Amino acid sequence: MSEASVTAVQSKQAQANAEPIIRVRGLTKVYHLGDVEVAALRGVDLEIARGEFVAIVGASGSGKSTLFHILGGLTPPTEGTVVIDGKSLAQMSNAERTNLRKTTVGFVFQKYNLLPTLSAEDNIKIVEYIGGRSTDFTPEFQEVLRLLGIEDRLKHKPRALSGGQQQRVAIARGIVNNPAILLADEPTGNLDSQNSAAVLGVLKDLNQRTGQTILMITHDAEAASYASRTVHIRDGRIV
Amino acid sequence: MLNKLIFANLTHRPVRTLLSVLAIAVEVTMILTLVGVSHGTLDSTAQRARGVGADIIVRPPNSQVMSSLSSAPISDKLPAVLLQEPHVTQATGTVIQSLTLPESITGLDFAAFNKMSGGFAYLSGGDPVGENDMIVDQYYAQQKHLKIGSTIHLVNHDWAISGIFDGGKLARICVKLTSLQEIQGTQGHLSQIYLKLDDPKLADAVVASLKDKMPGYPIYTMQELTSMLSISNVGMLKEFIGVVIGVAVIVGFIVVFMAMYTAVLERTREIGILKAVGGSSQLVLGLLLRETLMLALLGTGVGILFTYGTQWLMKHMVPASLVQETVYFWWPIAGGIAIVGSLLGVVVPGMKAVKQDVTEALSYE
Repeated sequence: MSEASVTAVQSKQAQANAEPIIRVRGLTKVYHLGDVEVAALRGVDLEIARGEFVAIVGASGSGKSTLFHILGGLTPPTEGTVVIDGKSLAQMSNAERTNLRKTTVGFVFQKYNLLPTLSAEDNIKIVEYIGGRSTDFTPEFQEVLRLLGIEDRLKHKPRALSGGQQQRVAIARGIVNNPAILLADEPTGNLDSQNSAAVLGVLKDLNQRTGQTILMITHDAEAASYASRTVHIRDGRIV
Repeated sequence: MLNKLIFANLTHRPVRTLLSVLAIAVEVTMILTLVGVSHGTLDSTAQRARGVGADIIVRPPNSQVMSSLSSAPISDKLPAVLLQEPHVTQATGTVIQSLTLPESITGLDFAAFNKMSGGFAYLSGGDPVGENDMIVDQYYAQQKHLKIGSTIHLVNHDWAISGIFDGGKLARICVKLTSLQEIQGTQGHLSQIYLKLDDPKLADAVVASLKDKMPGYPIYTMQELTSMLSISNVGMLKEFIGVVIGVAVIVGFIVVFMAMYTAVLERTREIGILKAVGGSSQLVLGLLLRETLMLALLGTGVGILFTYGTQWLMKHMVPASLVQETVYFWWPIAGGIAIVGSLLGVVVPGMKAVKQDVTEALSYE
């Protein structure tokens, strides 16, 4: 490769890195409850840079969960532009959104959402399988498991794990396919203060060590303090 | 990995899995037992017919191959007439009295029959001597707990057991020809006639010749008769098997439908999780189909084992009435029927799972 083409590639990569990993413009979401229209999001604009740990903070009913669902490709937007890692969600079909969830976005839910019939290890591996990857953990991922403190709990089923341990398994599951973004919806909502601190510490550590982009939805200001940036949402708008 | 999840799902609700497998197993057992009994009954009938040692059988006019003959419309002078035919060396007639299906009593001329067939192989006792004597095969003796000297009341008559023979020849219950003719009031008449030829290879030619001379009489070579003892030649048996298979498919459909429908409802959240982490509709549907296929295969295996159970029960409880064969070529057919019924049963639950909204599924409690 010539020096000029190397420079061109490097320039393109730098440009890609400079591009926000999430770019939202004029996002609205309207739910139809019978004849009644309920606007959950009313023109949200948001940009999140690669490697950021951002907390979206808002009260119940503010639209933060709807934003989480749209950014995760779980539900389509009504209007507006949503670009995640260079992919526009607005025109995506169901199959394309499924693919987005498989390759680009990882999830951590408030209620952990682990499959109860599988061990912690298999809960992680099934996501690798769905992502079309080898189900053997890489040495790097083994290190992440150690960092999460669950390497000796992998053979246990979710019911044999504490809430904090289950959430750390869920984090491991969320990042095992190296997603561009990890979306966490109230990840400490079901945890006591000690486990909350541990899980938030893990997310912060993960962000700092690996540069994993994390977008966390929370109503808790203390949880939000672990993020590098906080965005407030109220009545379906960023304030 | 998916197999692991399927196995985990099946073992997570062991009672439901067990009941589903058992229901499919019963479906398979129903089919295999019915087919086995049909084949067993026909084959044992054919075996007994071959055991006579005759080459040709002459049946009364208007009779069917598998019809039971309780009438005796043929004159007992006919065997003597038939003996005059070229190549016919022996001729003997029998009368038959039907009992409860599939049992019947056969009256025969023991001297002529023994000459034709080589006689019965007795396990105990011997040919009837008195008019009230009866011989039975070991299966009938076992089923009715009969020994030499036992009495049995049949066709309003008390019979004394004089012999128990090794089954597979002519009939299960035999008495002297004259005794049965007297009870039936058919003195001088026969139900059918067996002929033996000097050369069995000439049987077809002799049958053709006899048919010319005796129009209206169904006359078969023994080979032809035994080959006609098939399911399709027994009135309504084929249709009956079809009905049982239809019922079996419906049973399998309903059981799997209910099991998988409740499974999909119960696993709403888990299906939502799979979809949330990138599982496609095909993956979810494939998971349910493979789980159902596993249930159907397990059910088929257990059903085949159960069939050996029904076979054992028949052999030990009603060995003379019901003979069940193991019909291997029906194993994959019964399995296929179970799989088709089960897969039909999972279509609606599967579509429900595929259409589930991810966010609603994740919030399902």
